[in-house]
Amino acid sequence: MSSKRPQPYFSRSQVTLVRGLWMVVTAILAFMTLFPLLWMVSIAFKPAAESFSSNLIPQSPTLDNFIYVLTAVPFVRYMANSFVVSATVTIVALFFHTMAGYALARLRFPGREVLFLSIFSTFLVSLPVIIVPLFVIVKAMGMLNSYAGLIIPAIFNAFGIFLLRQYYLSLPKEIEEAARIDGAGYWRIYWSVILPLSRPIMSALAILFFLANWNSFLWPLTITSDPNLWVVQLGIANFKSQYSASWNYMMAASTIVAIPTLILFVIFQRQIMDSLKTSGLK
Amino acid sequence: MASVEIRNVVKRYGALEVVHGVSAEIADGEFVALVGPSGCGKSTLLRMIAGLEEISDGAVVIGGDIVNEVAPKDRNISMVFQNYALYPHMTVAENMAFALRLARLPKDEQKKKVGEAATMLGLEGLLDRYPGQLSGGQRQRVAMGRAIVRRPEVFLFDEPLSNLDAKLRVQMRAEIKGLHQRLRTTSIYVTHDQIEAMTMADRIVVMRDGSVEQIGTPLELFDNPRNLFVASFIGSPSMNFIKGEIVDGTFRGPGGIIIPAGNLAHRGPAVAGIRPNKLQIGATGPPAEVLIVEPTGDETHLLVELGGAQLAMLLRERVSLAPGDQIGLAFASADVHFFDGQSTLRLGRGDATRGTLEA
Repeated sequence: MSSKRPQPYFSRSQVTLVRGLWMVVTAILAFMTLFPLLWMVSIAFKPAAESFSSNLIPQSPTLDNFIYVLTAVPFVRYMANSFVVSATVTIVALFFHTMAGYALARLRFPGREVLFLSIFSTFLVSLPVIIVPLFVIVKAMGMLNSYAGLIIPAIFNAFGIFLLRQYYLSLPKEIEEAARIDGAGYWRIYWSVILPLSRPIMSALAILFFLANWNSFLWPLTITSDPNLWVVQLGIANFKSQYSASWNYMMAASTIVAIPTLILFVIFQRQIMDSLKTSGLK
Repeated sequence: MASVEIRNVVKRYGALEVVHGVSAEIADGEFVALVGPSGCGKSTLLRMIAGLEEISDGAVVIGGDIVNEVAPKDRNISMVFQNYALYPHMTVAENMAFALRLARLPKDEQKKKVGEAATMLGLEGLLDRYPGQLSGGQRQRVAMGRAIVRRPEVFLFDEPLSNLDAKLRVQMRAEIKGLHQRLRTTSIYVTHDQIEAMTMADRIVVMRDGSVEQIGTPLELFDNPRNLFVASFIGSPSMNFIKGEIVDGTFRGPGGIIIPAGNLAHRGPAVAGIRPNKLQIGATGPPAEVLIVEPTGDETHLLVELGGAQLAMLLRERVSLAPGDQIGLAFASADVHFFDGQSTLRLGRGDATRGTLEA
């Protein structure tokens, strides 16, 4: 193309102005998001006395906070708990959600729509609303203070089922019909055709599930009192007592907890962006 | 290989009946096309033969057995879909071997059969590719390979060429026909394209609104269409129709068109039909006005107007005509088909004397 560019709808100065404005707005938003994180890292390296000083760069940087967090409390244990719970929930949930989503999208059975709508309607109810009855149920099932109590209730989640159902509806039916003619039953179609085809959306969901469980606080707090079962978020909160808060320790712990999610993000950046685009949430 | 018999097959979706008691017999090794406008039930019928749709009433018989309750995989059929329906996450070889794998054939035998089918279709070099890396024609060929590899008794094709461009379609048409001549497997081919049906099929089943209009060889349908619908559907450009009346053995149309109808006993409203290639430019006859001239090189398409009716003409020779010119029309009255104006059924043939239109 030569220097003759197509006539724009707006003059160049208007374009520059709008672009500049957007950049300022974006920069402010980015700063507002990032600043607390920087502050967290900053406090994590400050001694307790310096916690509330306003300087971002610590005057006498120290690793004591990290050492304290990792040695004085069983923080590694908390992390292991968190990891086991998050990973189990993610794997089991994906397994059941893909099956449920496929059944709701493709199998014809009486009451399918009612079932789907009732699953979907649980979207409207948030955890704090049902936490008391859920606690009563889980306690009655004898899962208080157990990994099962941490894991099983977290598996039931309408979001994954809904997203997968929508995805399966968009798959061409003929692929499944071809598989039927080739001699595949429902299970075989699910396992050999549907699951491999849902790899992209499953990786997106896996990241969302893992992060949501890694960061969950309210339910683990409700269901576990045994410190051996604590997850990281409880461990962090425990640095805060009724009358005082060890902010330097909390921030060091938070920094440690953020590291796995950061690593996940760096590795799966593309999938996370895709998942945010497809889900349109968060 | 096997014959296929369709006995009074009905398909209902709730109260809505979309296929009304269709019957047809397809002999062993025959290539039959189901053709009709979209929504005529041809694909539904094919899917019922495949076992993908339930049969509401009637029976589908493959190789002498009623298969209404038999699962698709046990009907010994294979199907080629319009959008190919290849498994995107499997290579070409895996796609073709999938059915064999499910049938628990030994690995080396799977490989041998896939190899044979690939050679037959010229896919040897593509076996390790994924469907996303293939062109439309290659995907179509893989879909056919997947169907062939199992050596089924019946091939079902559901508009397999409609996603291809015109040139490739003609090429694949010949390939499918050649394949059928080699394998001699009973084939049922659904298409809305009457040229595809005419060129490929041994026999054609013309369907409309869930019913069979006529079954016959391509030339039978072309020469002796049973009713107005078949006459208009088969042939391109389609047949010209003139509405009029038969009185005392003579057809009288608008604008003083008169055609001797021979010894037809029919009296009353009638439609005269004549194929565009049977109309000639005559020295005599009433003046028809040329509306459109379309030279294609081999032949010339004309659209002329006569007594308010527009008629298409297909001339083998090149003509120097321009819109607005007046020409005379000549044709053999033996080439005229007459249809009952009410029932739209074909009336017996007119006599064979050559005639012209008389004003």
